Amino acid sequence: MNWIDNVLNGHTTALKMQSGRAEVLAGNVANSDTPGFKARDIDFKTEFERRLSGSTSGLNITNSKHLGMDTSMNSQILYRVPQSFKENGNTVEGEAEQAAFTKNAIQYQASIQFLSSKIRGMKLALKGE
Amino acid sequence: MSLMNVFGVSHSALTAQSERLNLIAENLANAEVQSGEPETAYKGQYPLFRSVLQAQQGDGTGMGVKLEGTVEDTRAARSSYEPGNPLADDEGFVYMSNVNSVQEMANMMQATRSYQTNVEMMNTAKQLLMRTLTLGQ
Repeated sequence: MNWIDNVLNGHTTALKMQSGRAEVLAGNVANSDTPGFKARDIDFKTEFERRLSGSTSGLNITNSKHLGMDTSMNSQILYRVPQSFKENGNTVEGEAEQAAFTKNAIQYQASIQFLSSKIRGMKLALKGE
Repeated sequence: MSLMNVFGVSHSALTAQSERLNLIAENLANAEVQSGEPETAYKGQYPLFRSVLQAQQGDGTGMGVKLEGTVEDTRAARSSYEPGNPLADDEGFVYMSNVNSVQEMANMMQATRSYQTNVEMMNTAKQLLMRTLTLGQ
């Protein structure tokens, strides 16, 4: 890994995860009226730490003949525990999902802001003006 | 970029909700249609949603929604005693649809709100993507 990757690594990882999470949360909102749909989400902290440490989730390769599964880029999707139950088996809580989506969007913007600052800093260092 | 898939997911929801609104409009329009027999009276239609994996690109994990079909309301048709009505049966009854307009109105509001929420999601995703495009400037 070169030095540019080192500088940007944390934020790009966060950005990737946040955009993935936005997709999952949008799916929850879209399915707020689908009978039997279970709301899903990712555990951001665990997932983020796992990605930064570079380990893979799921299957361990204990024998050279095992086929590896590249799970390093996929977040593990978990099911949300609802506050209340609906009789059609749907566990989406509209307000909670919207709140989570908005929060995620703000975190995404924050990551962009950080990345922008880093890039600007690097440009400044390169120009040396 | 999985933010792109938000558009696909939200779009599927918009389509599903507008189809639901269509059904509601149909139900309300036919609520007062009269018929001579309970069997031929208009029956309310309800949407049946199902979630589908929406992967436009890469390893999409977003679940979209699809209108799988419609179900008919099984409640009995409303009857009214109108012996003077040319449609009335031997006992003087005419039959109306089994649509409950108050219930339909509530349903309509729910569909509208759902539609609005999904439009909001699309807008947010668009803003985020636009910010990403100007990264480093």
